[in-house]
Amino acid sequence: MVYARLILMRLFKAVIVLFLIVIFNFLLIQLAPGDPAAILAGQAGAADQEFLNQLRERFGLDQPMYVQLWRYVSGIAMLDFGYSYRLGVPVFDLIMDRLPATLLLTGTAFVLSLVLGIVAGSMAAARVKKPSGSLIMALALVFYATPLFWVALMSVVVFSVYLGWLPAYGLYTVGADYTGFALALDIAKHLVLPATTLALFFMAIYTRMTRTSMLDAAQQDYVKTARAKGLKPSIIQRRHVLRNALLPIITLAGLQAGQMVGGAILTETVFAWPGIGRLMFEALEQRDYNLLLGIFFFSAALVIVFNIITDLVYSLADPRIKKGAS
Amino acid sequence: MSFFARFAQNRGALVGLIILLVIIAMAILAPLLFPESPWRMVQRPFLPPLSQDGFPLGTDTMGRNVASGLMHGAWVSLLIGLVSTSVALLIGVPLGAIAGYYGGLIDDVLMRFTEFFQTIPNFALAIVLVAIMQPSITSIVLAIAIVSWPPVARLVRAEFMSLRNREYVEAARLVGQSNTTIIIRQILPNTLSPIIVLASLMVATAILLESALSFLGLGDPNVMSWGYMIGAARTVIRQAWWLSFFPGVAILLTVLALNLVGEGLDDALNPKLSRER
Repeated sequence: MVYARLILMRLFKAVIVLFLIVIFNFLLIQLAPGDPAAILAGQAGAADQEFLNQLRERFGLDQPMYVQLWRYVSGIAMLDFGYSYRLGVPVFDLIMDRLPATLLLTGTAFVLSLVLGIVAGSMAAARVKKPSGSLIMALALVFYATPLFWVALMSVVVFSVYLGWLPAYGLYTVGADYTGFALALDIAKHLVLPATTLALFFMAIYTRMTRTSMLDAAQQDYVKTARAKGLKPSIIQRRHVLRNALLPIITLAGLQAGQMVGGAILTETVFAWPGIGRLMFEALEQRDYNLLLGIFFFSAALVIVFNIITDLVYSLADPRIKKGAS
Repeated sequence: MSFFARFAQNRGALVGLIILLVIIAMAILAPLLFPESPWRMVQRPFLPPLSQDGFPLGTDTMGRNVASGLMHGAWVSLLIGLVSTSVALLIGVPLGAIAGYYGGLIDDVLMRFTEFFQTIPNFALAIVLVAIMQPSITSIVLAIAIVSWPPVARLVRAEFMSLRNREYVEAARLVGQSNTTIIIRQILPNTLSPIIVLASLMVATAILLESALSFLGLGDPNVMSWGYMIGAARTVIRQAWWLSFFPGVAILLTVLALNLVGEGLDDALNPKLSRER
């Protein structure tokens, strides 16, 4: 029951946030430079008035502002994001088409960064005043400061161009027609570079967070008790310190979801990964504002869903806050 | 111990400060060493590094001097990092101060507003804002400021909440100082240390954001920036790695230096906490 209420509260909040983003989006469309109809016609190479009016009617651009706003809001409520001006295809279909690739990439990168970050962070915490611990933290700082798109490009140069180990572009080998296991293996190979480069930045954050959190937890009374009981240090580290240190990391991971979306835009651009991040880059290049704003809305929705999931995981992991439906 | 002595105790911070000074020097010396516009095509394209005098880092796809672009780009990165952080402080500090000082309903409303901005994916919002406003230094600065003020507001709010009932504030109230005076003259000066530390880290993040925006082609078309150089060389990465390599190292060093300096400032300004972590 408690969880049902928690979910309900969060969903209510999410709907309000999404509604505000829709209004915000609509205002941005009005601010977008130029007449979308003219942009479309210009791109298509024909710009006579007749054709422009036709396009305007087709996209509802000839209606008064409040009608357009109403159409826009009610449309999105029914998952109708309008058309991509440039491609003439519903924005929702385009996004749905690209969503699985993005979920695969961000999901893999998320798990990878979390696991590696927690491992590296606990290693650094166990070696606080030793050079090896400082080395881990120095590396984490360097990864934190490195531009994601640059690591992506450099990994292409090293692992794809120079060493020739891994493919640098796309989701699978075009024209190879793999099926079943061979296809999965092919996709996995294509996933290595994008997922690793995306994970590095977040790994750095989780490493620093895990270390701080573990050092804090090590000061607690229950750790002293465990030590007094004569438990082995390795068991204390794992069972008492790490478990309690993980809680703030779950919270942080939820907050990083938005960053992850941003990182995906850059990684997908470099690796021609056919996800919504790459779609956003294409929309930018073609000044396809409706598609751009549709993706923006969708990425915000994704982040909200992820936040709700982390909240639930958190309340499952820490029974003390069962009633914390803030 | 003096401020600088505490700062210098952190050896990383000292290294960061030196790197930062070198980059500032690059920005200042750029117009003197490379008086020509970094956009001018001065040699044949794709000249590798060290292959010709005057072009230590080679030339790009259009025959422009990479070394010149790198020096001029330093100025843009630092400028956008500083200005956008200042704008973010101008938004975040008052909001956080008001929310933390008054509390209650005002605090509730302002914090919901802040949360809203924290929920929206940062970078995606920045992209949309710059694309709609059209790429220019102003739109980039605004977009970065709009996505980066929420942490400032939260920090300042927390500081104000813990300080608003201190004795010196009560005393100021008793002598009849107005709320505005108390906020600006009494409490704000006492919150400066954490704000300064946060601001130095924000400049670093802003520089990363700017480079990512220019990489995607959303940079100001009139100024040479590191992100633009990498973005323009993206499609020729197989033939000319150096076009992306050097600007990337420049971004990395700048951001790293600012983070190190931020840590040093933290040690120097919050001496109680330092050395414990």
